[in-house]
Amino acid sequence: MPVISSSLSFYDRLGAWKARWGIGRMSYLVPPGLYAIGTPGSSDPVAVTANYKMSYDLVRQALTGRNIWLLVLETHGINVWCAAGKGTFGTGELVRRVEACSLARVVTHRTLLLPLLGASGVKALEVRQRTGFTARFTTIRIADLPAYLDNGQQAIPSMGELTFTLHERLVLVPIELVSALKVSLPILAALFLLGGIRFGYAEPAAFLPIVAWLGAVLAGTVVTPLLLPWLPTSSFTVKGAYVGLLWSLLLYFLAATGSLLQTAALFLILSAVSAFFALNFTGSTPFTSRSGVKKEMRLSLPLMAGAVIVGVVLWTVGLFGPLH
Amino acid sequence: MKGFSYLKNVATLELDTDTCIGCGMCTVVCPHQVFVLEGAKAVIRAFDACMECGACALNCPVNAIRVDAGVGCAAGMINEWLDSLNLRRRSGDGCC
Repeated sequence: MPVISSSLSFYDRLGAWKARWGIGRMSYLVPPGLYAIGTPGSSDPVAVTANYKMSYDLVRQALTGRNIWLLVLETHGINVWCAAGKGTFGTGELVRRVEACSLARVVTHRTLLLPLLGASGVKALEVRQRTGFTARFTTIRIADLPAYLDNGQQAIPSMGELTFTLHERLVLVPIELVSALKVSLPILAALFLLGGIRFGYAEPAAFLPIVAWLGAVLAGTVVTPLLLPWLPTSSFTVKGAYVGLLWSLLLYFLAATGSLLQTAALFLILSAVSAFFALNFTGSTPFTSRSGVKKEMRLSLPLMAGAVIVGVVLWTVGLFGPLH
Repeated sequence: MKGFSYLKNVATLELDTDTCIGCGMCTVVCPHQVFVLEGAKAVIRAFDACMECGACALNCPVNAIRVDAGVGCAAGMINEWLDSLNLRRRSGDGCC
């Protein structure tokens, strides 16, 4: 039985930072199985988590100074919430892992403490029928787990209520930004090529399209998520378009070319790009429904595509036409 | 959820009150407090807060809840759509 430390090392923190920035994120995992924190006995509680290393690290850190069993499920390095949605943090894997670890012989009680967000993958009734263990859904946040344990394994209402604070949104921004920049690379290369052909590669004007695009990426992946609750309407597309529009205005006043076509193209493309990346952020939030996102995509994707196509035509015509 | 709301009247959530036995499991597993127990029955208190995660339907012991469960993720849906068109090689898409 592996006995694990409950304090995080420099490498654990570095690993978490890298995962947040998308470096090796899809293979950041620990082996599934039963782990011991402290020196747990047969009557100590069993907490269940995913084998995404960041989940595992945060749980063992939160349980510092306790004697507790940690049952890690094989979710292929995916966090509890996403894995529950996919079914890998699910009834089948939980039952399999309980049996593979002979948990019934390790502990005398018959209770499993599950993260609340695992409930969309785990059917508690079936777990009891198949293993004899009662799956108890505990708290949403790992940070609340110690208080839950100290409260006689009883949740208080706030432990079951989702939040999406500025800090919770901020930690999600790096991966949004990195993914958007990856998608942007060929576009940035094309913009640089076109700008260089028109203005010469040493001219500052040649870099303006690149700055404009990067600004729109920041508008959709950084500014929109951070300002999310304060931006108008409940539609992510509208929120993103709004920030993209503000960025277009700023750019217009700072570096106006004076060409009407270029200006129109600027507003159309940048708003649409920001709106698109803002729409992508729906997947990182804990409150958007599949039906809602479907509806929003059906309405907004044709609009965004139209705006970009018209914008590109105007921009290209403006770029190679007379400057004023 | 305090401070956040998404599109209204789109969720596919349905509760069959006649079948409900009032065990309260849905009020435990729902992270958005969509359900509340009134007497011996669950009622939908905040329909528009439902994010269709499916935890309630999965854990209802008498199958009184129906929801078209799934993940509300635009990137995931675009990837699914691209995959269905076979336009690209399937790969790790960086989505969670």
